[in-house]
Amino acid sequence: MRYAMVIDTLKCVGCSDCVVACQTENDVPIGYCRDWITETVNGAYPNIELELKSERCNHCENAPCVRCCPTGASHIIDGGIVLVTADECIGCGACIESCPYDARFQHPDGYVDKCTFCHHRLEKGQLPACVSVCPTKCMYFGDLDNPNSEVSQLLKNRKHKTLAPEAGTNPHVFYLI
Amino acid sequence: MQEELFTSGRNIPNIDPSLNIWHWPISVYLFLGGLAAGLLFFAGLVTLLNKEKDYPTTVKYASLVSPIALTLGLLALFYDLTHKFYFWRLYTTIRLESPMSWGAWVLLIITPLSFLWVFSYYSEVFTKWPLKYDFLKNLERFLSKNRKYIAMALVPLSIVLGIYTGILLSAFNARPLWNNAILGPLFLTSGLSTGAATIILLTKNAKEKHLFSKIDLVLIIIELGLIVHMIMGMYAGSQVQLEAMELLVGGEFTLMFFGFVVLLGLLIPAILELTEIIGYKIPVAIPAILILIGGLVFRFVMVEAGQITRYLY
Repeated sequence: MRYAMVIDTLKCVGCSDCVVACQTENDVPIGYCRDWITETVNGAYPNIELELKSERCNHCENAPCVRCCPTGASHIIDGGIVLVTADECIGCGACIESCPYDARFQHPDGYVDKCTFCHHRLEKGQLPACVSVCPTKCMYFGDLDNPNSEVSQLLKNRKHKTLAPEAGTNPHVFYLI
Repeated sequence: MQEELFTSGRNIPNIDPSLNIWHWPISVYLFLGGLAAGLLFFAGLVTLLNKEKDYPTTVKYASLVSPIALTLGLLALFYDLTHKFYFWRLYTTIRLESPMSWGAWVLLIITPLSFLWVFSYYSEVFTKWPLKYDFLKNLERFLSKNRKYIAMALVPLSIVLGIYTGILLSAFNARPLWNNAILGPLFLTSGLSTGAATIILLTKNAKEKHLFSKIDLVLIIIELGLIVHMIMGMYAGSQVQLEAMELLVGGEFTLMFFGFVVLLGLLIPAILELTEIIGYKIPVAIPAILILIGGLVFRFVMVEAGQITRYLY
């Protein structure tokens, strides 16, 4: 089992519904967020291209945050999901420094927080909150190890990219382009 | 030409617009840790070479600074934690991949050792306040007899402590300025140099002053070489590393780095120490204090500038 998220940048309209859904589902404190939208403009006028992306923790296979965590609070569970155990986190900030995606933040209670791929929902057979609310259905979620899953098929048939591949982290969030 | 900007959703204090998770306590700790490492290294080395009588300040008085520096450094580290009362979790596991983990373990060993070291010289240093209790006297006697063994532990541990303050930063591949292998040796050299400067500052023994001026001069030259290597290596690197170096060379940290660290903290003290070694009378406090300030500013520059550098956005 290797969970992955595939996001179609051609369908995303940047409505931020995923952000609000995540904040509601995960009780994210006001002023913080575990996912966010970026708007990238490429090129020079008049030949410009707009790309909208919903970004979050990439649940890297080679996760620098897990490597540098001094207590083992950051860890990878079955399915390749990177989680933080609040009771083991000392709030040193090493994982925040180590993340090329700046996906982590210090929760007002002190420990480090970030996207969990809504693993509490996955256990119940539901999709992550962000995926389930997307009005343009640009987000897909599934198992990379299953060649017939929706995400495997999309990655097989569509051109895609990951963020900062040069960081060598092997992310599990893919963007269709 | 590429332009990228945020529109919505992302509003994380301390991360946007630039990461600022590690504040002044980390810089102060890196400085104090390096200083303590330098002092303990020299104290241990002099003892192992049986030269305690020739260099009394190194083993007796300057080493007094190290437990104080380590205690203040640890307090600074503790202050910077945001989930403070779980700090003991550091000591429920050993994670070899995490420099912070083995740094925490080294600190757990070297801090009490530095206290024991200072205590082993108690009656010689604090002549006005003799020990009152027998068990303390016995402890001091036991420690001063076994000082060699403490020194054997201190020398390697202090080197690990000094290198760790640099490796701590260089292990983060997400921050291109930190992500270079020279940072470990560079911080170690800088720590040893600040240690030597403290000894020069405190000693009244001419022979000791002379020797440590020489040692410090060599360390400064090595440090300058390592800094040149760091800049060259980054300029030979990828786009993110080039951008990282531009912060120090021509960017917002240029004055701090070249003015306070390289010129005032290394070049001028080196020239002053050289003239002192040649035989001119120079108040050695000047180069020593400049080196200490330069070392502290160096930690601040590296911690602050490193957090601005990143892969995305």
